[in-house]
Amino acid sequence: MALDEYKPQKGGTEYDPEKTEFTFVGTRPDRPDGLDKVTGRAKFGADMSAPGMLHAAIVRSPHAHARIVKIDTSKAEAMKGVKAVVTRADFADDIPFKPGMGGELWNVLENVMAGEKALYDGHAVAAVAATSALEARDAAKLIEVEYEVLPHVTDVDKAMAPDAPVIRAGTRDRSVPEGFNENVVRYHESGHGDVESGFAEADLVIEDHFKTEATHQGYIEPHACLAMLGNDGKGELWCCTQGHWNVQKLCAALVGIEQSQLRVTASEIGGGFGGKTAVFIEPVALALSRKANRPVKLVMSRSEVFRATGPTASTSMDIKIGMKKDGTITAAQGTFRLQGGAFPGAPCEFTAMCAFAPYALENVHQVGYDVMTNRPKQAAYRAPGSPMAAFAVESVIDELCKQLDLDPIEVRLKNASKEGTKASYGPRFQRIGLVETLEAAKAHPHYSAPLKPGQGRGISCGFWFNHGGETSVTLAMSEDGSAQLMVGTPDIGGSRASMALMAAEELGIPYENIRVTIADTASLGYNEVSHGSRVTYASGLATIQAARDTVRKLKKRAADKWGIDEDAVYWEDGYAKPSGPNAGEFEPMHISKICAKMGATGGPIVGHYEATPEGAGVSFATHIVDAEVDPETGKTSVVRYTVVQDAGKAIHPTYVEGQYQGGAAQGIGWALNEEYIYGEDGRLQNSVFLDYRIPVASDLPMIDTVIVEVPNPGHPYGVRGVGETSICPPLAAIANAVSAAAGARLRELPMSPPRILAALEKQANG
Amino acid sequence: MKYHKPQDFDEASRLAAGAKGATRFLAGGTDVLVQMRADVFTPDEIIDLKHIPGVKDITRRADGGWTIGIAVSGAEMSEHADLHAEWPGLVEAMDLIGSTQVQGRATLVGNLCNASPAADSVPAMIAAGVTVTVTGPNGSREVAVEDIPTGPGKTALARGELISAVNIPARGDHGGDAYERFIPRTEMDIAVVGVGINLRLDGDTVTEARVGLGAVAPTALLVQEAADAIIGTTLDDAALDKLAAATSAACKPINDKRGTVEFRTHVAGVLARRVALTAYKRAKG
Ligand SMILES: Cc1cc2nc3c(=O)[nH]c(=O)nc-3n(C[C@H](O)[C@H](O)[C@H](O)COP(=O)(O)OP(=O)(O)OC[C@H]3O[C@@H](n4cnc5c(N)ncnc54)[C@H](O)[C@@H]3O)c2cc1C
Repeated sequence: MALDEYKPQKGGTEYDPEKTEFTFVGTRPDRPDGLDKVTGRAKFGADMSAPGMLHAAIVRSPHAHARIVKIDTSKAEAMKGVKAVVTRADFADDIPFKPGMGGELWNVLENVMAGEKALYDGHAVAAVAATSALEARDAAKLIEVEYEVLPHVTDVDKAMAPDAPVIRAGTRDRSVPEGFNENVVRYHESGHGDVESGFAEADLVIEDHFKTEATHQGYIEPHACLAMLGNDGKGELWCCTQGHWNVQKLCAALVGIEQSQLRVTASEIGGGFGGKTAVFIEPVALALSRKANRPVKLVMSRSEVFRATGPTASTSMDIKIGMKKDGTITAAQGTFRLQGGAFPGAPCEFTAMCAFAPYALENVHQVGYDVMTNRPKQAAYRAPGSPMAAFAVESVIDELCKQLDLDPIEVRLKNASKEGTKASYGPRFQRIGLVETLEAAKAHPHYSAPLKPGQGRGISCGFWFNHGGETSVTLAMSEDGSAQLMVGTPDIGGSRASMALMAAEELGIPYENIRVTIADTASLGYNEVSHGSRVTYASGLATIQAARDTVRKLKKRAADKWGIDEDAVYWEDGYAKPSGPNAGEFEPMHISKICAKMGATGGPIVGHYEATPEGAGVSFATHIVDAEVDPETGKTSVVRYTVVQDAGKAIHPTYVEGQYQGGAAQGIGWALNEEYIYGEDGRLQNSVFLDYRIPVASDLPMIDTVIVEVPNPGHPYGVRGVGETSICPPLAAIANAVSAAAGARLRELPMSPPRILAALEKQANG
Repeated sequence: MKYHKPQDFDEASRLAAGAKGATRFLAGGTDVLVQMRADVFTPDEIIDLKHIPGVKDITRRADGGWTIGIAVSGAEMSEHADLHAEWPGLVEAMDLIGSTQVQGRATLVGNLCNASPAADSVPAMIAAGVTVTVTGPNGSREVAVEDIPTGPGKTALARGELISAVNIPARGDHGGDAYERFIPRTEMDIAVVGVGINLRLDGDTVTEARVGLGAVAPTALLVQEAADAIIGTTLDDAALDKLAAATSAACKPINDKRGTVEFRTHVAGVLARRVALTAYKRAKG
């Protein structure tokens, strides 16, 4: 979810409290795309080819910060098989630079292809297309780039220092107070009450400092695309993305064509987690294609994925919380410094706003800094900014509970946000389920299970806003009474199954009779990216509305046939029925019978819904983790894990559980071993999976899940998004478990074995 | 690029001696082919050794030892019941390499000649006293495993020389070996420290020992001081403390993305203790 898209949640299509009995919703059928995926038939980004296709390779900066003095492409252009070379000069030149997020399109262009300076190790500076992938690779080596190396900075705290090299003067916007290094480009401050008097009321105040390293979304499928752009300004693009309308919009602007002239089709997607909401290679492939007048395929290597896409922001945070002996939190304050690479956009406001959201606080104050460094442009990663905040805040709450000898769940229950609570970030909460997740966690056998020596238990809460966004859905009936549902949100988590279940529920036809297609940009109205946990909420809501629109039309056909008013017809289990003796005695008419005649009774029957729903309910989770630490080597194993989260209403419980487990699994990696490691030279040292230590299957315990259902008032069935909240508590819950097991507080992520040993040693030496 | 398929080791040696440009021998290819695909190193000539008769054989020699063909994969070693029973440490070291897929291809010789300081089978081979037969333009010679790697990516093999067999000594009585590595995850990772220990007992007393140490110096090391710390002992706490100290003292690691100097040095000692206890238990039977 991009920064400028956050809107306070309100209104929308209301929850229907009468609708408690479901036929399809809540069942667990196989996903419609399952067979394709397990047999390898599904087409991912790199699976599309075209006749006469060229292959492309990108030349990337080996320097963290350098002025580009000269690019000599002559040798590459002279090589056999080379058909096109592009540099920044081949992209739009009318996109203005503006401070802060106002110039985001310029930022995207600058990231896609460097202009005057290379801003990080891996920054694209040129690209070449040739008749084979090997030729393209060799030709890329023949492109000579002359650099003037500049001083660089990759650490957030160092980038804020007065003498740090400035990445790009003029980028900071007006929110930033006087006196900061120009690398501080945006500033956020919020809260209410008076924290100083709050701290004065506390029996114990703890203030601590925390750091987290950047991690990558780690999707298994690297970015890949096939682009065709003719000299007539008409283009076709096939790519792996979380949102193809966004790709259409950005690419059209970056290569200077009309949006509608570029048709974009989203391939199947091998993971995105927020990292595929941006464009990287797509505009480059289009520019090459236009120059060569041939289709161009561009596939990133894993190393390119690490160096030039993703990752999250890294953080440096200060937290201060005051508590009374009975567990009441009297005040909370946080300072959150995020670096998001060489561009503005690190989600410092989300971090600040989420930090204390689980708690009803009279006195709360939070500050966020968006800081630029010589690293790749950060991209969204599940609940951007929230997991880091939870790590810092929930670690301090854990420490307060420990020192005051209080149960961590009881303390959280005592302070928990509820319906009507004024949130730490401003608005009053509508109906929410935090207390219910805490109660379920407390009652879960995991919470009271005995621990073995060397093990520790941690808990944490987590919060995410969730999002609605522009949505457009079409449901078309076939003559046999089956239905084709077209949605515009790429299926990144089993959403086709959920859409089919909701459509089946409304139409009263079997799940299997609904074919769900992710339509291309030419086949539907605009759809926002699959992000912000919005798909089951927003595309789901739109599916329900499109199905209701279809049902209205179906009822009308029956009413016309019977010669009665359409209001005298109701819909039940796939049949139009007269609504009582006054309406007349008619045999119920099945959907297949109505559809069989639709050509003759008024034409095709199609339902629509287009809107920007704004009632995505916020969501909370509570996680319980047991960890075991080897005190001699600092190695940690997560031995038991339970996720409790509010889903509002679980449409397909298996895929809800999958999201819960996935968030926990990614959180385990982030907490324990994943990190971006930069050398003194500012180069990324671990750009392969061998050294970027994502968890493997054997690193994970079976992750237990509990689905809590507190309906979201803004969705007809009560759905809340579930894709992001699940990654908010893990960092803190694992840190609390590891700290308990090790007997020493861990304040820096990842909690790699060397860090844990160092913490143990520090503890032993007092 | 040229691809050769010699039918015997002399031919392979002649091809290597006469090759123009950079040459790689091809055993399992899990280093060679991966480095090519990743654009790390592309040889001009590839000499595939898998078609030489006998390279896939595991043979019991008359002296009771084993000769392992240079193309025998890790999976084949793990599934060889007698070899596994006699040299569990060596087999488990080889078995740690990669995944099921990699196990179907990866070889001892490839692991040794790729000359990574972190190669898993190498400390275990050093501990076991394994030698290799080197065939070259001037005939064949037998070389101890610890004398093959000379630095990261470098070996003592001269131009035209290659390894034609791996020789494991006879197990003898009351012996046991073990290997352990430290990685932050459970698998699919590269050793931060690796320790292999092979010992022989007379009753409860250690009479012979060899300690191989990996990933803490430019090449895997044979650590005599560490072996001396336990020879003549019953592996009591004092002996284990001395072993750990001697092992740590032998470390000459670097700070890198995989571990710090302090961490590697400390963990080498921790692992040495654990590995010695396992080898001891195995020797007891
Ligand atoms: C996914 C993955 C995981 C891995 N995990 C590990 C791990 O955990 N631990 C580890 O140690 N390694 C690991 N490796 C590295 C690799 O698998 C091992 O080094 C393996 O033992 C190499 O054997 P090979 O037969 O495949 O060698 P090849 O790739 O065929 O050859 C490797 C080198 O040996 C030389 N060579 C081969 N045969 C001879 C010969 N007869 N004489 C002289 N030189 C020769 C070649 O010229 C080349 O330089 C991993 C690799 C991959 C791809």
